[in-house]
Amino acid sequence: MQFGIFTVGDITPDPITGVTPTEHERIKAAVAIATKAEEVGLDVFAHGEHHNPPFHPSSPTTLLGYIAAKTERIMLSTATTLITTNDPVKIAEDYSVLQHLADGRVDLMLGRGNTGPVYPWFGKDIRDGISLAVENYALLRRLWREPVVDWEGRFRTPLQGFTLAPQPLDGVPPFVWHGSIRSPEIAEQAAFYGDGFFHNNIFWPQTHTRQMVNLYRRRWEHYGHGPADTAIVGLGGQFFMRRNSQDAVNEFRPYFDVAPVYGHGPSLEEFMAQTPLTVGSPQQVIERTLGFRNVVGDYQRQLFLIDHAGLPLKTVLEQLDLLGEILPELRKGFAEGRPAQVPEAPTHESLVAVAQAEQALAESRPVAVDDVTGRSPYASVEAGETA
Amino acid sequence: MTDTIVVISAGVGTPSSSLLLGEQLGKATQRVLAACKPVEVVSIELRTLATDLAHQLTTHVPSAALTEAYGTVGRAVGVIVVSPVFNASYSGLFKMFFDLMDEGVMAGRPVLLAATGGSARHSLVIATAMLPLFHYLKAAVTPTGVFAATADWGDSAGQLRSRIESAGREFAQLVAEHPGAPAHDEFGGDIDFADLLRGA
Repeated sequence: MQFGIFTVGDITPDPITGVTPTEHERIKAAVAIATKAEEVGLDVFAHGEHHNPPFHPSSPTTLLGYIAAKTERIMLSTATTLITTNDPVKIAEDYSVLQHLADGRVDLMLGRGNTGPVYPWFGKDIRDGISLAVENYALLRRLWREPVVDWEGRFRTPLQGFTLAPQPLDGVPPFVWHGSIRSPEIAEQAAFYGDGFFHNNIFWPQTHTRQMVNLYRRRWEHYGHGPADTAIVGLGGQFFMRRNSQDAVNEFRPYFDVAPVYGHGPSLEEFMAQTPLTVGSPQQVIERTLGFRNVVGDYQRQLFLIDHAGLPLKTVLEQLDLLGEILPELRKGFAEGRPAQVPEAPTHESLVAVAQAEQALAESRPVAVDDVTGRSPYASVEAGETA
Repeated sequence: MTDTIVVISAGVGTPSSSLLLGEQLGKATQRVLAACKPVEVVSIELRTLATDLAHQLTTHVPSAALTEAYGTVGRAVGVIVVSPVFNASYSGLFKMFFDLMDEGVMAGRPVLLAATGGSARHSLVIATAMLPLFHYLKAAVTPTGVFAATADWGDSAGQLRSRIESAGREFAQLVAEHPGAPAHDEFGGDIDFADLLRGA
């Protein structure tokens, strides 16, 4: 089980002081938060991508490349990479370079982006969101896997004899998660390819999260990747901790009340009851988080949103200290009763091992084909194995 | 499971004449259907969902009560909708409920239109405001709607009663012949990814 944090990179005034951090301060804060996340023992740091104020992260691989140089162990990911408005060729290039620089400590979470006006800036239309996600990802997969790609589609100029440079590290592309709050097509896409599925979870009642994850798990099995409980699931979450739960509530409420997206809406208490937000003591956060298993089954990755709504950097770093303190309890709790067949989230090392095993298997076989059918004598065996 | 007819009332008073009209229409429909198709009638009072609707509209956080209400409508064989008249139209609360409903839930679903107001001068609201809305939502609207003015409730000639009975019969016939189907379950897993890849 991996634990980490994800951030959207919003630049929001601190409602207590009225001070808005500068873009420069927030970009540097992202680096401080990421290095702190590694220091307290977290496994993943994921950064959003946006192309409009009040957000700063328009160039995620620049940011993550810098963080890669400042860290040694933590996995770098995205939340999310826009598979709709970015050219899949550029995504393939950028993340291949990042993967080399970070020695494989990279994966991606793909998302569509929900801001209509942003699409035309990149020559796209939000009404094509799902089609863009489907076509662009189909191309991205090929760019990372095939040495020479000939391709033609609806949304970009054709490719003739295109070879990606650099090729993915060790010939193994980064693992991909697909993030969606409520589009069944995206759960379907993740299941089809045997990729991971991430549910943002934080604005939604558990019933909504459950129906998306259940759909993904059912379809994972349907497409022959294994039993439903071996699918690769990630969840978002949100907390604010202090040693004393009432202190947490008092300190967080002014931020909650005017937060982007859900501010000026339900009360903190209603929102805590309806969504996974936990504002309270470390013990309350442990118990609530361990309860997510009851909603979606045993899963692979838990990311928390902790640095939004104008919370000052100092407070965010304190939250990370507290998260580091409860991490052993969380790891222990999630390990308890976890069936042996539930896999861990893939890493570069595990994907390389799988690729090498497949390569060894292929090399151990004669290359001859049946001179009548032209097929490998192993074809029927392989078909049987994957049925 | 017994089929359900839902009364959606945007009345804001307690007691509410809109809710009363909706419930009487529900009972009239139920009596006609009793012979061939027993139904239960449940009421959704939008005033109890007003805050949830405002939160859903501005923050996209759906409450459990609202999710349940939409689920009830999505399973109903027929829907009776009643709004008080506010400034020559249905109320904002009434519109908000349908604005935030998932697309397609009302499509093909039998609907009986009804409204209440201070005087009969408002009665065209059913034709001029409600009908276009439910036409847009592709609902199967009963030709006869019922408008009840304040004076109708004290009318000794029983004219409102007979309008309710008559609309109830018409609506019951529509429900019996073309009952609303359960709303499509988006998470049912019936998308084939091969179709998406082909751009279908």
